[in-house]
Amino acid sequence: MTLLQVRNLTIRFGHRVVVDDVSFELEAGQRLGIIGESGSGKTLTSLAVIGLLPDTAAATGSILLDGQELMGKSDREFSSIRGNRIGMVFQEPLTALNPLMRVGKQIAQPLRIHRGMRMTAAIARAAELCARVGLPDPERVVRSYPHQLSGGQRQRIGLAIALACSPSLLIADEPTTALDVTVQQDVLKLINDLVRSEGSSLIFVSHDLPVVSSMAERVAVMRSGQVVELAAVNELFGAARHEYARMLVDAARRSDDDFIRVSERGRK
Amino acid sequence: MTTLLRADGLSRTYKLPRTGVRSEKSVRHALVDMNLVINEGDKIGIVGESGSGKTTLARLLLGLDVPTTGSVSFLGDKLPLPDMRQFRRQIQVVFQDPRSSLNPRMSVEDIIIEPLECLGVEESHSARIEEVLSAVGLSHEMRSRYPHELSGGQRQRVAIARALAPRPRLLIADEPVSALDVLVRDEILALISDLTANLGLTLILISHDLSLIARLCDDVVVMQDGVAVERGKTTEVFRAPSHAFTKMLIASVPRLPTGQ
Repeated sequence: MTLLQVRNLTIRFGHRVVVDDVSFELEAGQRLGIIGESGSGKTLTSLAVIGLLPDTAAATGSILLDGQELMGKSDREFSSIRGNRIGMVFQEPLTALNPLMRVGKQIAQPLRIHRGMRMTAAIARAAELCARVGLPDPERVVRSYPHQLSGGQRQRIGLAIALACSPSLLIADEPTTALDVTVQQDVLKLINDLVRSEGSSLIFVSHDLPVVSSMAERVAVMRSGQVVELAAVNELFGAARHEYARMLVDAARRSDDDFIRVSERGRK
Repeated sequence: MTTLLRADGLSRTYKLPRTGVRSEKSVRHALVDMNLVINEGDKIGIVGESGSGKTTLARLLLGLDVPTTGSVSFLGDKLPLPDMRQFRRQIQVVFQDPRSSLNPRMSVEDIIIEPLECLGVEESHSARIEEVLSAVGLSHEMRSRYPHELSGGQRQRVAIARALAPRPRLLIADEPVSALDVLVRDEILALISDLTANLGLTLILISHDLSLIARLCDDVVVMQDGVAVERGKTTEVFRAPSHAFTKMLIASVPRLPTGQ
């Protein structure tokens, strides 16, 4: 069953076209990676899906979620979808979280808005979600402020908020770029486990090919606003058709080879 | 073999603001008892996570910060030297983000001339600019450009050109490619690799990225919380890490699918 269908999505800032005629589909439970350099339009594409494009951007085309048109919905209409049917995790958890609000309350927010839960019940559920995303001592965590947590813990909170209402689609935009490598691995594994057990679909946006290929089944390679290649991970690594995609694969392969050559660690 | 730089029992602590009215001021040990010998021609990688003391070490080696205890010596003399200009000519640095390390109000030419003038380099400045620009693969026309007119990769090339201008013997590169896009990153790495080989530069490369260290460095120092927990030949450390933290770092490197 097709969960998300993006057709001919074009985003302009004035006369500048930043996303150019992008189309892709996502089946329920499927995981799609979007990879590209900075400025390639990968973030704007994902923001369009969740209705968070800046006011100055003009978007055309069609975005269907479960057959329902999202394009042109008012902010008000969108607010019943955002955080409910689509959840999103951002790159920098310190700026994505409200520094003045205890994290328990922030996780409770979507539950109160979309599920009509009472505060106490919602906070109790927030503690369960904290445990779910692997935070130790959830009772204490829900009472803390973002600055009292480490980067990895904050990103887990971001994940708890995004998944609070069991969305059918999770969008993760560079969720581990701001984290240390050892923490990155844990958070990636967590996202993978949660998405699988919830049966959600995933759009994973990143500039890092090894990370994307470990998270997604299919990858869309974006360059200056266009999807230049859309292929299964294995196809992409086996025989990328587009030159740019091939360059990305080669670059990743080279640094992988360097590492293998030195560490002599067999491929899995 | 000449020992260029040497760190003996280097420590740096920073005072933290007190957290309550009655609480004691606490200190953060950014770097603890670091010993390091850098010989001419060495290529040393310093690897660790954020907050492990990599950059603090670089600042101390550059004489940009004063150690709490311990010392840095340059060719056998302890820092600070009476005349730091000779030191600065021979030890240059490339920082992570060229957007912030290049003065936006100076043209490329002025940026590269600045160290030549400050350090009293005698040779023809104009000729030297041409040399270093071509060494980093930038065309002659770039001389009059300003940083905002350049791409990220070009900016980092300018930063490298500036570092090379006074003919240093040691180059310290602190996360030189982590602000760059993947393909550009590859070019800059190749450039650094070529330059160190052609000019016989000694290199200290600071990074959190193990594959980068694997590519460019013969030796590696692994840091955790200000302490060098493991060091040795890169191949040996990466093949058979002995410290738990090193093992964890190596296990965390994202792997590629093989692809058919």
